[in-house]
Amino acid sequence: MGEKRKIEIDYSQLDSERMRLNVGPQHPSTHGVLRLEVELDGEIVTDVVPHIGYLHRCFEKHAENMEYPQVVPYIDRMDYISSMNNEWPYIMGIEKLMGIKVPEKVEYLRVIVAELNRIANHQIAIATFGLDAGAFTPLLWLFRDREYILAILEKLSGGRLLYNYFRVGGMANDIYPTFKEEVLDVVKQIRKTMPEILDLLINNKIFIDRTANVGILPADVAINYGCTGPMLRGSGVNYDLRRTEPYSIYDRFDFEVQVGKGEMGTVGDCWDRNIVRYREVLESCKIIEQAVQQMPTEGDIKEAIPKKVRAPKGEIYCKAENPKGELGFYIVSDGKNNPYRIKARATSFNNLSVLPEISKGYMFADLIMILGSIDIVLGEVDR
Amino acid sequence: MEYNFIHSLIDNTILAIILITLLPLGFVVIYALIAILGELKIASFVQERLGPMRTGWKGTMQPVAEVVKLLQKEDITPDAADKPLFNLAPFLMFAGAFAGFAVIPFSPFFIPANIELGLFYLFAIGSLAVIGLVMGGWASNNKYSLLGAMRSVAQIISYEVPAAMAILTVAMMANSLNLNEISANQSGWFWNWYIFGGPGPIWKIFFIPFTIGIALIYLVSSLAETNRTPFDIPEGESEIVAGYHTEYSGMKFAMFFFAEYANMFIVASIISYLFFGGWNSPFGDFLNYWWMQPIWFILKSFFFVFVAIWLRWTLPRLRVDQLMYMSWKVLLPMSFLCFLVLGIYMMLI
Amino acid sequence: MVNYFKNIWLGIYTVLVGMKLTLIHLFQRNVTIQYPDERYPIPDNARNRLYLDPDLCDACNRCVRACPVKCITVESIRAVPGKTPSLKNGDKRNMWVTLYQIDFAKCCFCGLCTEPCPTNAINHTTEFEYSSYKREDLIYTFVKMSDEEKAQKLKELEEWQASKKKAADEAKAKEDSNKKEVNKE
Repeated sequence: MGEKRKIEIDYSQLDSERMRLNVGPQHPSTHGVLRLEVELDGEIVTDVVPHIGYLHRCFEKHAENMEYPQVVPYIDRMDYISSMNNEWPYIMGIEKLMGIKVPEKVEYLRVIVAELNRIANHQIAIATFGLDAGAFTPLLWLFRDREYILAILEKLSGGRLLYNYFRVGGMANDIYPTFKEEVLDVVKQIRKTMPEILDLLINNKIFIDRTANVGILPADVAINYGCTGPMLRGSGVNYDLRRTEPYSIYDRFDFEVQVGKGEMGTVGDCWDRNIVRYREVLESCKIIEQAVQQMPTEGDIKEAIPKKVRAPKGEIYCKAENPKGELGFYIVSDGKNNPYRIKARATSFNNLSVLPEISKGYMFADLIMILGSIDIVLGEVDR
Repeated sequence: MEYNFIHSLIDNTILAIILITLLPLGFVVIYALIAILGELKIASFVQERLGPMRTGWKGTMQPVAEVVKLLQKEDITPDAADKPLFNLAPFLMFAGAFAGFAVIPFSPFFIPANIELGLFYLFAIGSLAVIGLVMGGWASNNKYSLLGAMRSVAQIISYEVPAAMAILTVAMMANSLNLNEISANQSGWFWNWYIFGGPGPIWKIFFIPFTIGIALIYLVSSLAETNRTPFDIPEGESEIVAGYHTEYSGMKFAMFFFAEYANMFIVASIISYLFFGGWNSPFGDFLNYWWMQPIWFILKSFFFVFVAIWLRWTLPRLRVDQLMYMSWKVLLPMSFLCFLVLGIYMMLI
Repeated sequence: MVNYFKNIWLGIYTVLVGMKLTLIHLFQRNVTIQYPDERYPIPDNARNRLYLDPDLCDACNRCVRACPVKCITVESIRAVPGKTPSLKNGDKRNMWVTLYQIDFAKCCFCGLCTEPCPTNAINHTTEFEYSSYKREDLIYTFVKMSDEEKAQKLKELEEWQASKKKAADEAKAKEDSNKKEVNKE
């Protein structure tokens, strides 16, 4: 039943016309405002054209008129589900330009916060993917789990979803006294509740039939289109920026890079991408535990923050491993208070561009599943 | 029986007939309110939230609020819709579901109509709902409604075949099509129920897997008949619009809703009749009074309604071609196999 | 053939596993907090509505420059040194604040204005239930001097500037005459 289908339609023999369907800017799923123009032949999709730009907020142009620390709230709002990971490559780029070395405590704190946000992001990705398939319950269970992480981050930075926590050379606030115990508690809780999702949703035969052998993304197509993150790793390519080009202190931690192996279908289908995200949550738990143990308790997190953030003349492209893929910032500075130009290489933009390629020949219901498995956030696609 | 009883009380024929039809209607309405509340509350408890809490004591008046809301909505009819068909469709669907209540025995005494072909009639009248559905889809003058209605019709018709095989199996084992007789055959303790092989010798244990199999087949087919998840393509996703009841608002939409819940109850009561003993108490003569028997029946039916709700919030949706695959290539052969084996069993008794 | 039966068995088994899990959750405690009867505790450093203490603000404009969306408006008049009372925490007051407005429709709650304030005048509170029916109601005016007070302060400033100028002129004239005397001699 779940065999790979090879559908080749000989259009000269048929005399039916193709239907043009508009999957409008308002979606039943929580992906955001995206318009898909789908050309259907009966039930089979022959072409998909995504129309984006409904959430464009001209952040790159705004950034030319603001000083470096003022740009950080705008960067938060790009991928609003995992803001901490968004701020990191930008701050790292400025620190490299100015030649600042951050203290150890700040590095460990950054790793812990970024990995917590990675777990939160993958929880939403799995939850909304299940919602696209029709399973409502995992959505609410995962959102309940996510609340524990958000409570910690709210105590730390003051905001629940948009943090504005990273500063050039350090962080905004220091940790509160019970931080380490609470983080370990949350990790234990997540380790207990994630296998439930495996039982309920991911290993369910109906879900497997919906997602296995659907939306197969071959490895060379993924690399050609510039897909990164779980999309690339789901196709079998062992590429994780935390391993291949370690930034910050990621070379001190012991974790595995999860790669899709095609257990329930072919390598690179929707099930593979989903299981890569699920397993990455458990890997992040490992990293957080190691970081909490190794983190020094003394130390001022604001000691390396310069009085005035003014990057010297130069340009840099700095990248980091966002939960959705590789997020990069190309910062051009001409020595003034404001950056001359910031260009964001957004993960979801490149990931979304592969949608027409992998959804041709599948049924319409499969298209919805493929879109859910790419895990896009329109804030990043449109910036 | 019931008719005779009431006729002996009231001499007027017409009044007696009206009273007999109103009693099940009252039951359906009360049941629908309880089922709506049950669905909301069970869904919320499964998802670890509280559900409606503000209307009434802990949300118990929520169904009343919903009915009032639907009653006061504006009744919109699309301009180019086929007016007679558009107005008739929801009521036809509800009539198909409600007409099945005529033969459901709440106890050996309380049946509106004790006909010999009860099971056959029930199955036949259930197909009236399909007509109501396709009428609704066609008369809406909406491309997507029509597609949704077509898919729903294909789904219902293909799942009627395994369901019919299951019913046929039990009819063969019980030697009768009269629902009252089928229930009466299962009297005694719970090992006399047809899901455990019916009243028979001890070596029926070897055939219990097949009776359980046929009960499971009927359960799955009945979920597909009533358009519940995992088979809710017509309601859920049909080209991202709501399917055949997109264009309906107000009381007509409420009729579709009622029809769905009434159908669920009929299907649950059929399961409890055919396989689980109907109005018999599971403990033989203990608690088998004449006033306890309807309560047993209602408890068993409500349990199966609960199972349907439970399944809805656990499983994801099936795709259309997988649905068809399951009906024709999995359920049908399995039902043939069970039918064959149980036929052999009946010949051996 | 074997695959067919394996699929059927897997289908039934995984559905039953899922159902068992849902049944367990049916009887577990719910996590809903019924707002507004019960409230979720908010930490003290949560970044919600801002509050300015008018006795601490010195109109240095650091918060205005730090805001990324330019939602703070400040107008001020220079204070006369020596005759003005000091701020609440003892520092010298340099400016009188005549207008301090924050437009909460624009504020993005980033906290960048609270960091550079030298007297800790502007802070985040934990108040988040302040919806209003009109957009104009969201412009919060923390300090607004009446016109007479403004006029009075302006007059004081001008008097002080005039007297300073007079003193400077006298000192300069005296120095000139001293120089002339020295030149004469």
